[in-house]
Amino acid sequence: MHIQEEAVERHVLALLVDNEAGILARIAGMFTARGYNIDSLTVADISEDHAVSRITIATNGPPHVIEQIIAQLDRLVPVHSVRDLTESGPHVQRELALVKVAGKGENRIEAMRLADAYRARIVDASTESFIFEITGAPEKIEAFVALMREVGLVEVGRTGVVAVGRGPNAG
Amino acid sequence: MAEKSGADILVETLLDLGVDTVFGYPGGAVLPIYDALYEHPKIKHILVRHEQAATHAAEGYARSTGKPGVVLVTSGPGATNAVTGITDALMDSIPMVVITGQVATNLIGTDAFQEADTIGITRHCTKHNYLVKKPSDLAHVVQEAFHIATQGRPGPVVIDIPKNVQVAAAEFSRHTAKGNSRYQPQTEGDFKAINSAAEMIMSAKAPILYTGGGIINSGPKASKTLRELAEMLGCPVTSTLMGLGAFPASSEQWLGMLGMHGTFEANMAMNKADLVVCLGARFDDRITGRLDAFSPHSKKIHVDIDRSSINKTIRVDLPVVGDVGRVMEQLIAVLKGRRFAKPDHEEWWSRIKGWRATKCLEYPESKKEIMPQLAIRRLWEATHEREPIITTEVGQHQMWAAQHFDFEKPNKWLTSGGLGTMGYGLPAAIGAQLGNPDALVIDIAGEASIQMNIQELGTATQYRLPVKIFILNNEYMGMVRQWQELTYESRYSNSYSDSLPDFVKLAESYDWTGIRIEDPADLDAGIKKMLETDGPVLVDCRVSKLANCFPMIPSGAAHTDMLLSAEDVLGTMDDQAKALV
Repeated sequence: MHIQEEAVERHVLALLVDNEAGILARIAGMFTARGYNIDSLTVADISEDHAVSRITIATNGPPHVIEQIIAQLDRLVPVHSVRDLTESGPHVQRELALVKVAGKGENRIEAMRLADAYRARIVDASTESFIFEITGAPEKIEAFVALMREVGLVEVGRTGVVAVGRGPNAG
Repeated sequence: MAEKSGADILVETLLDLGVDTVFGYPGGAVLPIYDALYEHPKIKHILVRHEQAATHAAEGYARSTGKPGVVLVTSGPGATNAVTGITDALMDSIPMVVITGQVATNLIGTDAFQEADTIGITRHCTKHNYLVKKPSDLAHVVQEAFHIATQGRPGPVVIDIPKNVQVAAAEFSRHTAKGNSRYQPQTEGDFKAINSAAEMIMSAKAPILYTGGGIINSGPKASKTLRELAEMLGCPVTSTLMGLGAFPASSEQWLGMLGMHGTFEANMAMNKADLVVCLGARFDDRITGRLDAFSPHSKKIHVDIDRSSINKTIRVDLPVVGDVGRVMEQLIAVLKGRRFAKPDHEEWWSRIKGWRATKCLEYPESKKEIMPQLAIRRLWEATHEREPIITTEVGQHQMWAAQHFDFEKPNKWLTSGGLGTMGYGLPAAIGAQLGNPDALVIDIAGEASIQMNIQELGTATQYRLPVKIFILNNEYMGMVRQWQELTYESRYSNSYSDSLPDFVKLAESYDWTGIRIEDPADLDAGIKKMLETDGPVLVDCRVSKLANCFPMIPSGAAHTDMLLSAEDVLGTMDDQAKALV
């Protein structure tokens, strides 16, 4: 007997939640308990009175699983709303990464050239290293990190995706 | 406003919410609450013998009265022992509020004595849970906890209260304005969807109502509405294990339970129907059997108060989110508005008549040994006029009870459906008896399951509860043995109930009456004696050791591939089927 796998698609979900203790564990735990995937998860308080947080989750799964993920999130008591940005139309996705590269000579110059082409900023420099700050869609960051691997990548820190729908209205 | 201790605030808020019974067990981290209870005799505290039993007793109380069950246990082992019952209540949508003690806030995280991460442990087996860090938060949290436990799809809510929060004081007035809860589930069905449902019903040639525990949870009115709807549609009605009693078993339209141990006619009708109307049920795997062969020719309407139940395993054509009782009322109103005339569905009923003719619930007769099915039927015949409340444990006896004990009314059948918890029946019977002091309450049990919470005999004795236990004793974990016969060529690995106690002596040592029935000729007399004896009675009914529960859909099979009797059993299965539960 073999275990069957299904084709998956990537979705970005935006949640508004009560900013209370344990909310992140509740959401992350629901994903593990039901066997769903989290590609990235970001959370920050966004309201003036610090009562509400926005969580952005990039997830993947077959369409019927994505539908279940949304329904399961929606029934958690502290969750006010769940929006599937991938489903609800055009939206902007951004992620920030800090990329440390070390090297000398030609590699160092090449790293700077590539950083310039990708509009990455230098936020720290020593005679043998740089830290670049790069912002963009996840694919852009992945492409940049892949290039840096060839010229002396040391480490990468990524924030995970945040996303907002286009147009004048809130989600 | 006067200041009160957290423990007093808790107890007074419980009184405000109408709580009259609490099932619990004291311990270090709840001593302040127990001291406050000492001052409030209006709340009856039932001292169980194990915290798991407190949760099942609360479930039995809730399921039989419609009111939320309340549990009070201490930190650490008190809370972890309660986890099984909390999970059971989550799976079967039982309204329950569990108050757990916790070590003082300054000790949390230090591995203090009897500390456990109750919030972490219960996060995914509760509908919601709270750690209360200030006594001033208590009143609001308790009010919201009861609201969440009882509204929408009911479920268990845990309130973890550190000991210093129970002792510390905060301002409190019993008439503090109640805030609006953030939890407001949708109860009214979408009007457009109800109209579409009416159209689908009007064009159906072979419709069936598939009902579940949601109808019981919606309240007795929903069961009445179901009867009205079924009468109007003139179609067959089947139900899940949890929904038994919502529709009267004596009705001509009743097909019996569906699913793994459901009737042949119910499963065949589901398979051949052109419209399935699912009312407060959730297409559980015990119901559907093989998913791709489940009711393949039908359109499906699914009415559920929990949106996440819809399209979870079975894709449906028309989802309706709302309270099933309310949605049925809306549907009846729309059908009446459209001058719906009851169709006769003559062809559909004649096919059903053919399936009924298999008489799938028949079992081999015996003069030498008591057939378990017969024992249940005789028990039904002797008691049904008294409208007893029946609880069960889990296993063959549970399925036989579901098949052979007929129910006419809701809230009379209490069983662990989703989680399948052995040891549920006796504490649930205790809770049901407390909620219904005049009712006849019988736990139909197996000799293996009953031992999982046998210590509760003492609780029934202490509170003078005339609970009856009817053990179908076959000296096997019968359902395990049955599956070993089906799947593993009768290799009975650890399914024999060795070293059984003498149940009669055991009962007597707890001041119960113990009765043993061994001969089929003594069955009726034994049942009569049980019913005529005041106080709690335990019956050790020795039944056929190797009888099995049929009909049965083996795991991984379709509704049309039922095993009707022992002759259909092959003794092995392929790995795909073995991998299914």
